Amino acid sequence: MVAGLINANPIVYEKKERRGRSVPSTADGDEYSVEPIDQLEVFDHIRDIKDPEHPYSLEELKVVTEDAVEVDDKHSHVRVTFTPTVEHCSMATVIGLCIRVKLLRSLPSRYKVDIIVAPGTHATEAAVNKQLNDKERVAAALENPNLVEMVDQCLAPSYD
Amino acid sequence: MAKSNSWISHIETFVDISSSLSQQTASRDAISVLLKSDLLTIEVLVKELGLYLTTTDYIIRGRGILLLAELLTCLAAKPLDSITVHSLVAFFTEKLADWQALHGTLIGCLTLLRRKSNVGMVTGSDAKSLADSYLQNIQVQPLGKQDRLLCFEIFECLLNHYPDVAAKLGDDLIYGICEAIDGEKDPECLMLTFHIVADLVELFPDPFGALAGFAEDLFDVLGRYFPLHFTHPNDDFVVKRDDLSRALMLAFASTPLFEPFVIPLLLDKLSSSLPLAKVDSLKYLSHCSVKYGPDLMAKHAKAIWSSLKDAICHSPQESILSRVSESPDDVGFLDDEIAKEALLCMQKFLLLEDGLFLSLILEDEDIELMLRSATSVIKYNDIPVENRKKLYALGCILSASAKVSISCCNKMFQHFFPRLMDILRLPKNCSTHACISDNIFSTFQQLNFGALYLCIELLVACRVLALSSENLPSASISVDETWCALLQQIFIPLTEVFHFILINSTSQDVCDADIYCGVKGLQILATYPRCFLPISESTFENILTIFVSILTAGRGETLLWTLSLKALMEIGAFIEKFHDSEKTSSYLTIVVEKVVSFICVDYSTMSLPQQLEAISGIGTTGPKFMLQATKGLEAAISANFTEASVKGNLKSVKKLVPLLQCFSNKVLPWFDKNGGFEDVALRFSVSIWDQIECNYTFNIGDQGKELLDRMMETVKLAVAGCSENNQGLILEKAYHVLSNTSFLLKESMPSSVAMKIEDSQLTQSLNPLSCRDEWVVSLFASVIIALRPRTPFQNARVILKLFISIFHKGHLPVAHALGSVINKLPLSRNIIDVSSACTLEEAMDIVSKMILCGSTPLRKSNVDNGNESPNRTLMVSDDDLVEPNAIVGLAWIGKGLVMRGNEKVKDIVMVFLRCLTCSKLGNTLLQGSSEQDAYSLVMRSAADAFHVILSDSDVCLNKRFHATLKPLYKQHFFSTMMPILLTSIKECDSPTTRGFLYRAFGNVISNAPLAAVLIFVLLDGLSILSMSVADRDLTYSLLLVLSGMIMDESGREAVTDNARSTINRLIGLISYPHMMLVRETAIQCLVAMTGLPHTRIFPMRTQVLQAISKALDDPKRTVRQEAVSCRQAWASIASK
Repeated sequence: MVAGLINANPIVYEKKERRGRSVPSTADGDEYSVEPIDQLEVFDHIRDIKDPEHPYSLEELKVVTEDAVEVDDKHSHVRVTFTPTVEHCSMATVIGLCIRVKLLRSLPSRYKVDIIVAPGTHATEAAVNKQLNDKERVAAALENPNLVEMVDQCLAPSYD
Repeated sequence: MAKSNSWISHIETFVDISSSLSQQTASRDAISVLLKSDLLTIEVLVKELGLYLTTTDYIIRGRGILLLAELLTCLAAKPLDSITVHSLVAFFTEKLADWQALHGTLIGCLTLLRRKSNVGMVTGSDAKSLADSYLQNIQVQPLGKQDRLLCFEIFECLLNHYPDVAAKLGDDLIYGICEAIDGEKDPECLMLTFHIVADLVELFPDPFGALAGFAEDLFDVLGRYFPLHFTHPNDDFVVKRDDLSRALMLAFASTPLFEPFVIPLLLDKLSSSLPLAKVDSLKYLSHCSVKYGPDLMAKHAKAIWSSLKDAICHSPQESILSRVSESPDDVGFLDDEIAKEALLCMQKFLLLEDGLFLSLILEDEDIELMLRSATSVIKYNDIPVENRKKLYALGCILSASAKVSISCCNKMFQHFFPRLMDILRLPKNCSTHACISDNIFSTFQQLNFGALYLCIELLVACRVLALSSENLPSASISVDETWCALLQQIFIPLTEVFHFILINSTSQDVCDADIYCGVKGLQILATYPRCFLPISESTFENILTIFVSILTAGRGETLLWTLSLKALMEIGAFIEKFHDSEKTSSYLTIVVEKVVSFICVDYSTMSLPQQLEAISGIGTTGPKFMLQATKGLEAAISANFTEASVKGNLKSVKKLVPLLQCFSNKVLPWFDKNGGFEDVALRFSVSIWDQIECNYTFNIGDQGKELLDRMMETVKLAVAGCSENNQGLILEKAYHVLSNTSFLLKESMPSSVAMKIEDSQLTQSLNPLSCRDEWVVSLFASVIIALRPRTPFQNARVILKLFISIFHKGHLPVAHALGSVINKLPLSRNIIDVSSACTLEEAMDIVSKMILCGSTPLRKSNVDNGNESPNRTLMVSDDDLVEPNAIVGLAWIGKGLVMRGNEKVKDIVMVFLRCLTCSKLGNTLLQGSSEQDAYSLVMRSAADAFHVILSDSDVCLNKRFHATLKPLYKQHFFSTMMPILLTSIKECDSPTTRGFLYRAFGNVISNAPLAAVLIFVLLDGLSILSMSVADRDLTYSLLLVLSGMIMDESGREAVTDNARSTINRLIGLISYPHMMLVRETAIQCLVAMTGLPHTRIFPMRTQVLQAISKALDDPKRTVRQEAVSCRQAWASIASK
């Protein structure tokens, strides 16, 4: 383990308000209407992921924002751009892996998910991107019990 | 040899205090397996452990030693060579000084000391040095509970397994033990402590040896625990108070050296106000006195006797009445434990040393005073309460001491009996009736109750003594014993006195207590063992006559009557027990015949219930008496039956009912229990049929309904208890009578019985049965109901047809019988050897042919009559004729089928359903009112048929009447019926029909086991309702109910039992397209299901996960969100 934290003192931002539950109307049309998966829904999935280093969520650290999620429901495509808190952050891959696992578990299987580091925010941007979007490497990472444990900790629901 | 690195990690895990307990245990077990299979030697292990055993970090050192000790514990059964054992002992002996890591060392020492000789024991010298080190180094008191326990176990082990070593240690050991056990408070440790003291005393038996000097110290430590009292409730401890108290008692009694300290302590505590302390003291006192021996106890005798006297006299008393009414052999008469223990203790002392102690009792002034005060007043009612208590206590003392031994009994008799006789003013020496008659009757007014009571107590006591000596032939009592001689002189006047009391029992002067005494006294005299008190036959008969005359005096059910009956029963039981043939014959002639004779004649001074109580009570005392009583009862039944059936005598009808009740409730169960049932039952059944056969003019009338019911019940019980052969005989007889009944004889010149029955069906269906026919048919049905499945059943077809034709008239017993027949008929023919028998299939053919098809006599008769009468018969959809009575009959047949688990029941149920749902019926309901009534009657019976099928019945088709039962038949029927009923209800559009369908539904549900029902209905309802869009709100509501059940504690059990089907249904609902709320709730329910036991739900995991992953793509966002959390919940049950 590396001694000390990579970013010992991150800036913490406020959380955005959640979307309330849409009131179901009784009309038949409404019952059968389709609510497509949108930006906010995907963001809802990942906003509460905890930072591996700090007890804050990715939302609070502004690692992910709603705007950083692009969704194309018709073509079943999602692209998440995340911003590491510091340029040299070695946790970037772990964060990316968390986002990927979370979406893997939460989105229908028809989706293709791309996860990239926001351009210019990380020292080894290309390497991280390549690593996160390589199916084989992601699968290999999830075979590693230590990594899975770490990811599960990040994904564990918080009750605040 | 195992590779070192493979097991060294185990050592590390065990020593590491941060690893979890289970990990430590696992690693220890892993190493022990290696050691056991010789892949690793102790030597190598110890070498490898090396640093862990000696490091300066005491925590790690402690863990290391503990590991070694626990491993040795695992190897307790594995042989080790002496060198290994020696070095291990040396190691642990040395480590005893290491107070920081003591726990492991103690375990190690204990394990080593416990080794058996065949697997390498610790040598004597090693044990000695270990013990030395132990005594030198270990301070037991300040240790924790577990360690103290270990310390005591080591002591115990030393004392038990190495007595030589322990003996050599001498004073040091005793001192060490004293020091260790001082002030111990934990029950578990105390238990060991007490054992240690007892063992220690055993080791130093010499009264002037090493222990003598320590006895006071040792007792000083022990004595503080007496009396044992738990300040917390008993349940919290493994060791119970009583066990602990017993252990302490054994420790107290272990050596006479304790005597100077124990007895004063016990006597002191005996005077305390705590009842528990008193009871304990008395128990200890009895035990210790036996152990210490008479010589040591002699000096305490006086003090002990006065304490015992106090305990007996001052304990709360029960009334003398209840005392007297107790049976004589019952020693456990006292509820009061203190007095009971005190008396027991007194008996122990008397056994121990009767001369001294008995003279204390006899010469005691208090006893004398008590005797005087108790006998100072003549009438019981005049005795003050205080004196009554004294009288009672005195009675207890007298009887308890007389019971102890023959010599005690003699002395007690010598001392008290003449005095009591004086008080009673009876002549002391008188063996004939003549010399007493003058003075007795003048003295009754002066008859002293107290003296009488004490007299009876003494009599009871020596009777118990005599009986107990009879069981032990070695201690036989000769007739020349003093008390026997005394008793022989006096028993005739005593008899007279008791008799005299009873004769005068109605007078004002005689109270209940006197009556008790009188009855009790006579009973005791009558039940004296012959060899001790040769009561002449005439006296015995005299006593019996007295009791019988009381029974028959006709004063109603008084106390005297009840007591006399009880006394007679006691006497009967006594005679039976001791096989006294002469007394048996006099009992038979005087008591049994007399009582029986009353029941046979019309006029009697006893009321009928009294007669029956007397006869059944006296009968139950022995087989001979019961046989006699039964004969009388049978004679009475048959006489009254003839009277009732031939002459229509109403009085006899009324009398028969209780007679039969007595026969079936008292007599038959008695024979069932004591053997001989078959003969009685067979005789009874045959005689009833005989009487019916000879009697053609049967006119009991409507009043006979109750009698008929009672008779059927009795016949059923009698037949049910018979073997197959006897049942066959009864059945044959019954069939013979049946085939000659009037309604079958009406037909002219029939060729055979079978033909008669076939032909008679046409005409019979509308004519009501005559009274005799009714009886014959009902009783025949009763016989059929009670048959065993394997009883050869001939003429089955004929009987079936006959029954079917009769039950159309609404004859319920016949319907029951039909159900029983169908239930018990064999499936295949190979069991049957009679050609006229039939199989179940054939029987069902007959049934369906006669009831369900167009060729039934009902329909023909209707056609013959020419007028269509919808009130009686109804056309069901495909031209079937069914009427309400037929439905009831069918229901019983259906019940028979359901119980044996036969699939044919479906056909029958379908008939009911057709009756319920027939559109014609539903429509016609709107028409004319009479027709409407008829239709609704049919539908109602059809709905109620489900009740008949599923409910338990007392009258037939149960275990008592040998029904064939398939396990879980109700559940099975329920699960097959429910979908069908639900569909019918759903498809039904007429409100009336729906009402009746619900009635049927209700019957099915209310009779099926509830837990299975609810969940089942819910799931099934959901599966059906979820098929259509229209019911989506209902689906949602049902789903909410289900979710409530999953969350509810009691409902969860039912859900757990049906976990698979519940989860399957919920998975189905996840894709319910018509309502988002349903999908959402279903998913929430699935989340809640993860709270059930994982063994139940785990098999469904993959299935659920697959279904959920589809829900992730649900059109609604809320559903998708729930799906995510549900997926998480189910995915994680694998990792927990």
